[in-house]
Amino acid sequence: MADELLFLTELLGLKVYDLKGRRLGFVKDAAIVPLIHPSRVDRFLLGGGWAWLTVKHDQVRSISLDGIYLKDELLTPYHSDEYVLRLVRDLLDQQIIDGQGRKVVRVTDVTFKIQHAENGDLLHIDDVDIGLRSMFRRLAQGVIPRRLVRRLQEVIPPHSLRWEHCSILEADPQRRLRLNVSNEILERMHPADLADIVEDLSPDDREAIFETIDSEVAAEALTEVEPDIQASILESLETEKAAEIVEEMAPHEAADALAELEEQTSEDILEEMGPEPKTEVEELLEFAENSAGGLMNTEYVALPENATVAEAMEGLKAHEEILETLNTLFLVDADGRLTAAVPLAKLFIAAGATPLKDLASEPLLQVDVEEKQDRITEIFDKYNLLALPVVDETGKLAGAITADEVISLLRQK
Amino acid sequence: MLKRFRYQIAIFASVVGPGLITANVDNDSGGILTYSQAGAKYGYLPLWTLIPITLLLIVTQEMCSRMGAVTGKGLSDLIREEFGLRTTFFLMIALVLTNFTNVIAEFAGIASSLEVFNISRYITVPICAIAVWLLVVRGSYRSVEKVFLVACTLYVTYIFSAFLLKPDWKEAAIYSVKPILMFDEGYITMLIAMVGTSIAPWMQFYLQSAIVEKGITAKEYVQSRIEVIVGCILTDVVAFFIIVSCAAAIWAHGPKDINDAKDAALALKPFGQYAYVLFSAGLFNASFFAACILPLSTVYTVCEGLGFESGVDKRFKEAPEFYWLFTLLVVLGAGVILWPNFPLVKMILGSQVLNGVLLPVILIYMVMLINKKSLMKEWTNSHAYNAVAWISVIIMIGLTLALASITVKQLTQPSGGAALEHDSKPLAQVKGDDAGGHAFKLDTRESNGTHLLR
Repeated sequence: MADELLFLTELLGLKVYDLKGRRLGFVKDAAIVPLIHPSRVDRFLLGGGWAWLTVKHDQVRSISLDGIYLKDELLTPYHSDEYVLRLVRDLLDQQIIDGQGRKVVRVTDVTFKIQHAENGDLLHIDDVDIGLRSMFRRLAQGVIPRRLVRRLQEVIPPHSLRWEHCSILEADPQRRLRLNVSNEILERMHPADLADIVEDLSPDDREAIFETIDSEVAAEALTEVEPDIQASILESLETEKAAEIVEEMAPHEAADALAELEEQTSEDILEEMGPEPKTEVEELLEFAENSAGGLMNTEYVALPENATVAEAMEGLKAHEEILETLNTLFLVDADGRLTAAVPLAKLFIAAGATPLKDLASEPLLQVDVEEKQDRITEIFDKYNLLALPVVDETGKLAGAITADEVISLLRQK
Repeated sequence: MLKRFRYQIAIFASVVGPGLITANVDNDSGGILTYSQAGAKYGYLPLWTLIPITLLLIVTQEMCSRMGAVTGKGLSDLIREEFGLRTTFFLMIALVLTNFTNVIAEFAGIASSLEVFNISRYITVPICAIAVWLLVVRGSYRSVEKVFLVACTLYVTYIFSAFLLKPDWKEAAIYSVKPILMFDEGYITMLIAMVGTSIAPWMQFYLQSAIVEKGITAKEYVQSRIEVIVGCILTDVVAFFIIVSCAAAIWAHGPKDINDAKDAALALKPFGQYAYVLFSAGLFNASFFAACILPLSTVYTVCEGLGFESGVDKRFKEAPEFYWLFTLLVVLGAGVILWPNFPLVKMILGSQVLNGVLLPVILIYMVMLINKKSLMKEWTNSHAYNAVAWISVIIMIGLTLALASITVKQLTQPSGGAALEHDSKPLAQVKGDDAGGHAFKLDTRESNGTHLLR
């Protein structure tokens, strides 16, 4: 039944009547209190008299296009409240994040469902409307009668998002907590999608999200964000939080991010980091950005040169966190010098006792930490590599450059 | 120390673009026409207006860039968030209409700049329209910005052409700082038109979006402000040389009216092959450049304000409204030029009226927005700056409304074409004996009530 729905644009200006059917005023705004209920309209704000009045949801008998009828007349004057999300002030025309479409959208209207309960009607936010239909509704409202607007809008296809898939933006971290803005929707997204969204937001909104979101998710997303935005986000955060996020990033990504910052800021952040990630990042920061040392990452798996397939399989269990992108194992001698590179896939068809050395790719390709990036991309192209080991001047394995790094490099050109 | 210095340079390099591009697009075909007309008809006299124009330009542009840097949002975003959908919707309709007529004017500029070299518009306009479309739709923002920055440097052609024409530099220098006000309808109209073409509604939106797109934040704002101010000054330096060129080549041999920037280029022909080639090349560059920026800026603004997906990095399917509107603006804008007997002059005059009506509204919204503490935090205007801003706004409102009403008067005159022909009689120039060197005796119809104020 179409009557079961009500749009925010229709709600605004709706007349409110008391028990005797006298008009008290017009609806000016409606508010939810997310801490109490995520979608129920908690109160209506009434204008028309001297001051705005508050109608609580349990004072309402019925809601329809004909008006709102109350069952209780004890209304309190309206006063602003940090826990309240006012739909017209805080939601309408503002940007929100569409968790399913994974993009930032602007709210044009809100669709409520009227719920007929025993002791009175309740409004629940059902959808957030963003399309042309809601735009038409907004423009036509107040100019032509509500019911005619409903009939005319039928010709335009609707475009709405479910309220539960939306994440509102609130730039003030304190108020974010009071409004119970959950980052769950963002944390469930692919980091690359989250990064795209973050790039579309204003600096304040970015800061608020990174300030409150889980550090691990933040680190993954930040890795995918463009370097200059990355820098501005890190600079805007509290040093402690920034350090927490940088610690969670892969060391070479962390080094790249810190290299973009002003020296003082990056030192402050390093200062806050734990000793182990700190030294690792600091070492990487020493390398020139466009050299092998600047491109490599230090998340590789190196095994003794006499290890067998079975030992390698066992050893991999300790590196679960990097398995998703791992494709090559490196063998090193007792002094840590690189002796061979073994494609991971070869392990699966070899017997457990096979020495890894026998599976090594020929010839062994490696570059010096000082090698220029043009030469590196050339080697990747020529030998169709997925990973290329990087060694220092004594031949010790220092890190590895992976194909995704080379792709980013080429795309920047 | 050196590292510190390099860092500063790097920051500056990272903010260059928005201000320079906006300011240069400002000297589009309409601007060049207006400046040429001013120089051809009144010689060096109108040069003094360039300084106040530059100041007005700096005040408005600075506010936009500051809002962009601090809020990270475009102007239409902010208007939508603070003033609602209905306001935004009508502003956007007005903006699309104004900008559309501006786009037409740019294609007219392309057509006439190349017709100087006897290339038919039926060849040049379609080719340029396709080039504009491809450049913007297929190029990435960074590469497009580079092309635009190169286009900015091509404005130098006007400086060269001015030098080739050997103008009277002493007079040019004197009249640049000596305000001359004459109560002559043509002169006043000209002054207002110069201000009107210099400060347009679309620039405010474009600059702010470009600042945001570039990722400039409050931290880099100091560098960005320098860039914006330099851009504003350069714009008027170019305007100065255009006026001087026309004053030297046309006015010095008898003031006359020109109806088309092409007329100006052709009038330069007797004075040397290069000056006229440079002038036309400059016109082509300016028109083409603006023909890229204007439709792009329009669609960005509209899509941001109304909440449609936008961005040249999106695919056609992801942002259909964005690409359709852009394509329509380019295709229709170019198509109109090829339409025989299209009332082009009326349309362009009409766009000036719309500009005049729209600009005050936008300026008022801007000053209101920039004073909102919730948006701008410590970056709101100071009291003194507010006074300057409001005075600028009031001056702009007065001038643009005056221009709009004059144009409406011209448009509503019985025969459409008469609007431009009414003052096309050559004016007699008489050497005066006062220190300034020139006084004007205008033809009888216009001399009623003419005074020369020194």
